[in-house]
Amino acid sequence: MSDYVTRQIDGGAPRSPPATAARAMPALLHLLHLPMTRFVVRRTAYALLSLFLLSLTIFFFVRVTGDPAMLLVEPGASPDDIAAIHHQFGLDRPLWVQYWLFMSSLFHGDLGQSFYYQTPVMGLYLSRLPNSIELAAAAMLFSLVIGIPAGILAAVNVGRFWDSIGKLFTLLGLSMPSFWVGLLMILLFSVYLGWLPSSGAGTPWHLIMPAFALGWYFAAAHMRLTRSSMLEVLGSEYIKLARIKGLPQTLVIAKHAFKNALIPVLTLAGINLVLMINVAVVVETVFAWPGIGRLLYEGIAFRDFPVVQGVVIMGGAMIVTVNLLIDIVYALIDPRIRLGS
Amino acid sequence: MAGPPLLELDRLSTHYIAAQGARVVRAVDGVSLRVEAGETLGIVGESGSGKSTLALTLLRVLPPAARIVGGRMLLDGEDLVQKTEPEMQDIRGKKIAMILQDPMASLNPLFTIGNQVAEPIRVHEHETRRTAWQRARALLNAVRIPSPEARVKQYPHEMSGGMRQRIVGAIGISCEPRLLIADEPTTSLDLTIQAQYLNLLRELQRQHGLALIFITHNLGIVAKMCDQLAVMYAGRVVESGPVSRIFNAPVHPYTKALLNAIPRMDDPDRRLNAIEGQPPNLAALPPGCSFAPRCALAMPRCREAAPPEFTPEPGRTAHCWLAEPAAAAGRLIVSGAV
Amino acid sequence: MSIPAEIARRSSPLAAVRKVRMRDYPVIPLAILGIVTLVAIFANQLAPHNPEVGILTARFKPPFWQHGGSTEYLLGTDQLGRDVLSRLIFGARISMVVGFTAVIFAGALGTFLGILSGYLGGWVDQVVMRLTDTWLALPALTFAIFLAAIVGPSMWNIVIILGVTYWTRYARVIRGEVLALKEREFVRLAIVAGCSKWTIMRHHILPNVINSAIVLGSLMLGVVIIAEATLSFLGVGVPPPQPAWGLMLSDGKQGLMVGYWWLTVFPGLGIMLLVLSANLLGDWLRVKLDPQLRQL
Repeated sequence: MSDYVTRQIDGGAPRSPPATAARAMPALLHLLHLPMTRFVVRRTAYALLSLFLLSLTIFFFVRVTGDPAMLLVEPGASPDDIAAIHHQFGLDRPLWVQYWLFMSSLFHGDLGQSFYYQTPVMGLYLSRLPNSIELAAAAMLFSLVIGIPAGILAAVNVGRFWDSIGKLFTLLGLSMPSFWVGLLMILLFSVYLGWLPSSGAGTPWHLIMPAFALGWYFAAAHMRLTRSSMLEVLGSEYIKLARIKGLPQTLVIAKHAFKNALIPVLTLAGINLVLMINVAVVVETVFAWPGIGRLLYEGIAFRDFPVVQGVVIMGGAMIVTVNLLIDIVYALIDPRIRLGS
Repeated sequence: MAGPPLLELDRLSTHYIAAQGARVVRAVDGVSLRVEAGETLGIVGESGSGKSTLALTLLRVLPPAARIVGGRMLLDGEDLVQKTEPEMQDIRGKKIAMILQDPMASLNPLFTIGNQVAEPIRVHEHETRRTAWQRARALLNAVRIPSPEARVKQYPHEMSGGMRQRIVGAIGISCEPRLLIADEPTTSLDLTIQAQYLNLLRELQRQHGLALIFITHNLGIVAKMCDQLAVMYAGRVVESGPVSRIFNAPVHPYTKALLNAIPRMDDPDRRLNAIEGQPPNLAALPPGCSFAPRCALAMPRCREAAPPEFTPEPGRTAHCWLAEPAAAAGRLIVSGAV
Repeated sequence: MSIPAEIARRSSPLAAVRKVRMRDYPVIPLAILGIVTLVAIFANQLAPHNPEVGILTARFKPPFWQHGGSTEYLLGTDQLGRDVLSRLIFGARISMVVGFTAVIFAGALGTFLGILSGYLGGWVDQVVMRLTDTWLALPALTFAIFLAAIVGPSMWNIVIILGVTYWTRYARVIRGEVLALKEREFVRLAIVAGCSKWTIMRHHILPNVINSAIVLGSLMLGVVIIAEATLSFLGVGVPPPQPAWGLMLSDGKQGLMVGYWWLTVFPGLGIMLLVLSANLLGDWLRVKLDPQLRQL
């Protein structure tokens, strides 16, 4: 909503000066006054501010809620040991120095050393990322293949049988925790039926259940959006005109309504793909899928604090960046956003 | 006026029905009308008088809650109410076409103009893509879109409102229909473009021998465009007949009130009379004549029984007790008083 | 067209369904929530066994209707020989307490900041909204896991963490409502009458946004219950040996591959029923209390 508000404010701001004045200005200044450039600059500034606040939040919570050194040492360690660790990790320096060091290493792509693996966190993260992307892509595919047709079916039969079935499906999707869905699937397909492997990665068979469990919730979300977006399109004047032209119902829906209704769904899917990469921790834990979610879980289990912190920072950065890109792409496509009219 | 008319509506009724049938809205209620080939019928009335529902009924593209509950609509003697949905699909766009109110929203933003103009030609006449697009360019030319060659490849947002409305018009005539329904096609256009568009419609009508149903609340447009006029109030046609006759000697008090509400250039000092009272609630119409609560001339019987159709003179109808032959003598005096 | 379209919208079958639901109370969700609440309150009286202590010789007993089960342990026992039914009953208490307190905590924080941000505007608004943006940049669950991992597991820590994580949703919605309220006549009159900002916020703004906060809260209840179960499942939530449902599912994994299904099915069913009821109730309240929130 704040995006919406900022856009409104953008629209109220004075537009670029008249062309004659602009020509007289240096080229760079001229560029700065183009609405698109101003929009991108503003959005980027907000994104950077978000990232800054994010780093500050994480840094603050880690230092204030407990002594990170206590996570490292065995319970009952001597004060000398703790002091040594403080010195080793620079925890005895002033807070602002610590924050400066934390930020400057972040800018160099350094997320610190893993306590457990004794290797850089960034390396660990990058080695797990492809698996997460693979899982998220499969889950996304599943959620769209289920969600879009179900949403269309519900919209075309609004208020009737298939719509009610769809509503039930959405409710279940939102009410069943994904890890429970995963566990039930293991019980059915691995234990009783013996069809699918219960854990690990490597073959397409390994991918099926985690993708389903992760995609389950999102299928419900995509269905709900497809339904409402389709309903909106079906009520539009151009659909009325398509029917008035004498087009068969299938053509009206498949050609005229489908493409228009899909735009918001695909936008949400883009955001959700990034979200899936970052919320897969429970599903990856259930199926022992070696992605970044599993890395986060291991970080928690082994009290490997730099890993937990690194995964969270990277997740936030990924989401902020993608949101920024989506905003910019939208502004490029739709001049109404750019100009705020 | 020999032979059957192109379109004849016989006591046609369309109601909106709530799920449990608890509330019924009589949007179109017992409407009888005739449209001859090549003729223009104007339908006027306030918003909510059922004009647009009537138009949608003719094409049977009603919203899910609306049902045709009675009557017949004969196109060349064939009853459209009895047609199956596939049969209606062959009629829509081919025999009866329609132009919607909002040109800005009527075109699909994701497809090119050519695609949308050629579409009915491909569906109804099974033309190849090539031929259909050729005809689409010719149609754009016919509705005075400059450089149709380039325009067919453009998208709706690249055009002005007037141009889009002309494109919607081109889609309407693309399969040379017998009847074109125009539902307030000019309300969103500015005045000059409005006039241009009306001229264009008239020209197309002459060239193709189209019958035109013109739905509007603008009596000025009716005077300019139409041969016949039907005045709708609360889902019913309260008065119909030739435009010139109705304008000169309206029978129904509602028609008189509407005519009194037109500003006139030749008599700027004349008082404009707004119609008093609230527009009727279609879900709870009073017994008797539905205009009676707002009618200055209402008599006790108006509140008891709805007036049937009277024929004040050949070719005209009126649903008003004042038009009853016995009351006709008194009517002259009354109309002088208004 | 405007009037028939309006009528069509109002008289669609969906509207009729909505009307029926407006009239009739959502019986099933209310009944489930009522039963779970009673079970949570009278857990001590209802539970047949101690939920945290088991008999090791009675490990992995199946529910009574299966071969090897007994009516002593109606729904079987877990890997430590603890009674599943008793753990489910006490688990309901944890889910309800965490769910409600976290929702109320998040609601109070979010509503307070939302009102401040919306009414005062200016730099307060900027700060709160930037903070909300940043908070929302992270998936809430990841953030909660991160916080839980550093502060360590305990039930009340989880309540605070979930409150701190989910307040942003309230803040955004409430701020939007306050912006609209600010322009209303009665607020302007209060300003003219010389009421202090604090008085206006407390006596004029708060009562008008409380409905939305309640609706949001009922919708958040399901989200928060799932979040608590997830944290417990991952081992950063309610610590063992307390019988949180998420923890039971985590323990149940040990018996999953050998087919001890009752350890996985029952706690999950509990979560699902509770969340489903909360969602249904939330939907109903949304329609009932605040038509403007239908889009949420």
